[in-house]
Amino acid sequence: MGAGHAHQLYRHGDSLPHRLQPHCKLVAVLAFVLVVVSTPREAMWAFALYAALLAAVAALARIPAGLLLKRLAIEIPFVAFALLMPFVVPGEQTEVLGVQLSVPGLWGAWNVLAKGTLGVAASVLLAATTELRALILGLQRLKLPPLLVQIASFMIRYGDVITDEMRRMSIARRSRGFEASGVRHWGVLAKSAGALFIRSYERGERVHLAMVSRGYTGSMPVIDDVSATRAQWAYAAVLPCAALPICLLGWTL
Amino acid sequence: MHVPDGFINAPVSVAAGVAAAGAVAVGLKGARRELDERTAPLAGLVAAFIFAVQMLNFPVAAGTSGHLLGGALAAILVGPYTGVLCVSVVLLMQGILFADGGLTALGVNITVMGVVTVVVSYALFRGLVKVLPRTRRSLTAASFAAALVSVPASAAAFTLLYAIGGTTHVPVGKVLTAMVGVHVLIGVGEAVITMLTVGAVVAVRPDLVYGARGLSAPLKLRVGGELVDAAPAAQAPAAARSPKKLLLSGLAAALLLAGFVSFYASASPDGLEKVAADQGIDKNVEDHAAADSPLADYGVKGIEAPRLSGGLAGVIGVGATVVVGGGVFWAVRRRPAAQASD
Repeated sequence: MGAGHAHQLYRHGDSLPHRLQPHCKLVAVLAFVLVVVSTPREAMWAFALYAALLAAVAALARIPAGLLLKRLAIEIPFVAFALLMPFVVPGEQTEVLGVQLSVPGLWGAWNVLAKGTLGVAASVLLAATTELRALILGLQRLKLPPLLVQIASFMIRYGDVITDEMRRMSIARRSRGFEASGVRHWGVLAKSAGALFIRSYERGERVHLAMVSRGYTGSMPVIDDVSATRAQWAYAAVLPCAALPICLLGWTL
Repeated sequence: MHVPDGFINAPVSVAAGVAAAGAVAVGLKGARRELDERTAPLAGLVAAFIFAVQMLNFPVAAGTSGHLLGGALAAILVGPYTGVLCVSVVLLMQGILFADGGLTALGVNITVMGVVTVVVSYALFRGLVKVLPRTRRSLTAASFAAALVSVPASAAAFTLLYAIGGTTHVPVGKVLTAMVGVHVLIGVGEAVITMLTVGAVVAVRPDLVYGARGLSAPLKLRVGGELVDAAPAAQAPAAARSPKKLLLSGLAAALLLAGFVSFYASASPDGLEKVAADQGIDKNVEDHAAADSPLADYGVKGIEAPRLSGGLAGVIGVGATVVVGGGVFWAVRRRPAAQASD
C-alpha cells in the first residue's frame, strides 16, 4: 500500500526542478507551452531548440530518457490522427516514395506532432518532479477557487482507493470464473460500475461525516502555506524566458 | 480522446478557456446548492469514480475494447452542475498529471468533453423523463438516448471549434463526417454502458440517482389487507422546479437542436462536396487558399452549402447565447452570495 501513495508519476529526487515551489513550476510550464504553441510551424529549428531546453531540464532533474519516452506514449491516438492529415487535406500535392501527399497536410501533421509532443513532454516533466499534493497546493496558491481545489484534492486522495476497489471487484469476478470477452458481458461490467458508484458515493458521505465530526465547516485549514522567494520565481522563469526569444526569432526569420 | 497542444489556435483556445471557466463557476454555484457543504468530499469522490470507471474496459470484439467517457453518466447520477464539475476536475487532473490533453487545450477539452456532453445529455434526459411514463424502464431508455446523443454532440462541438480555430484547414465537412461518424459508433457503446450502469444503480439505490428524483412512488401501507397511502414524508425537491434550470435546459435543447439539425442537414451537401472534390480538386484549393481567416472560410462554406452554413450559424448563435447568458447568470447569482458571506 505504501508504494501506491507515492504516485508512480512522481520520481523522487533532490534537484533544482524538484525543489522549486509547485506554483512557480505550474506557471513556468504553462508559459512555456504557450510560447511553443504560438511559434510558427515553418521554423522547424525552433522546435529542436525547445526539445533541447526540455532535455536540459530533464537532465537537471535526473529523469531518465526512457521514462520520458514511455510517458510520451499517451499521445499515440493523436499521432494516428496527424498521420492521416497528409492524405485528407486538399491542396498542393507532392510525391513521396510514389505516394501522393498534400503539402498543407504535411505541415499540419508536423505542427500537431511537434507542438503536441513538446506539450506532453513539458507536462510529464512537471508531474515527474512534483508530488501530487504539492501540485494541488500549487493550484491553491494560483488562486483557483478553493472549492475546486478541495474537489481536486479529494479526487487525488481517493482516486487510488476507488481504483483499487475496482481492481478488487475485478479479482472477485475473475475468481468466480468470469471472463469478459464480448458485448454479452457488458451487463456484468456495468453492474460493477454501478456498484462502484454506490460505494464511492457512500464513501463520500462517510468521509463528510468524519470531517464534520472533526470540525469541518466548509473550508479546509491551510497548514503549510508556502510562498516562493524571488530566486525561486527567477529559476522557474528561466525555461519560458529561454523559449521566448526562440519564438520571436521564429517569427522574424 | 483528449485534444493536445497546437491543435486549435490560440484565440479560440483562450475563448474556450473562458467559456470553460464560466461553466465551472456555474457548476460550483449549482453544486453547492445541490450538495451544501458536502460538495467537496462528495464531488471529489464522484470525480474519483469517473476517473476509475474510465479505466474499466468493455470488450467489444476479439482484441478490441472501449471504455466509458462518463459525461452522460455523471449528469444522470449526480446532476448537471456536479456532473460538469466532476468531469472538469477529472480533465484538469488528467491534463496536469498524466499529460493527457494539452495544457493550452484544457479549455477546449473541458468545453467539448465536459460541458457539452453533460449539458446535452442532461437536457435530453430531463426532457425524455418528463415526456415518458414514470417507470424505471423509461428512465433507462432516457439515459440510453441521452448518452447516445451526447457523444456525437461533443464531436460536433469539437468540429465547430476546429472550423473556427483549427491550425490546419481540413475541409469542415470532412472533419464533421469523420468525427460524427466515428463518434456515433462510440456513442452506441457509451449509451449501452450508461443505460446498464444507471439501471444497476436505480435497482439498488434509486435515491442516489439525481435524474430519478421525483419518480419514486408514494409509500403504501397495508392496513387490514388494504393498501392505504402513508403520510407523506417531509421532502420537497423544490430545486428541480426552479426557472433557472428550465432556462438552462432550454438553452441546451436549443444548442442540441441547432447542432443536430446542422448535422443531418449537412449529410447530403457533404456527399456532393466529396464528389466535387473527386472531380476537380483545383476548385477546393482555391477556396482554401482564400480561406485565410476563419470567418472567410465560413463564408465560402456558406455559399457552397447554405444548409451547413445555416446549421453552423445556429450553433454559433446558440453558443454565444449560452456564453453570454451564462455570464449574466453568474453575475446575477454572485451578488446574493457575496452579501450572504459579508
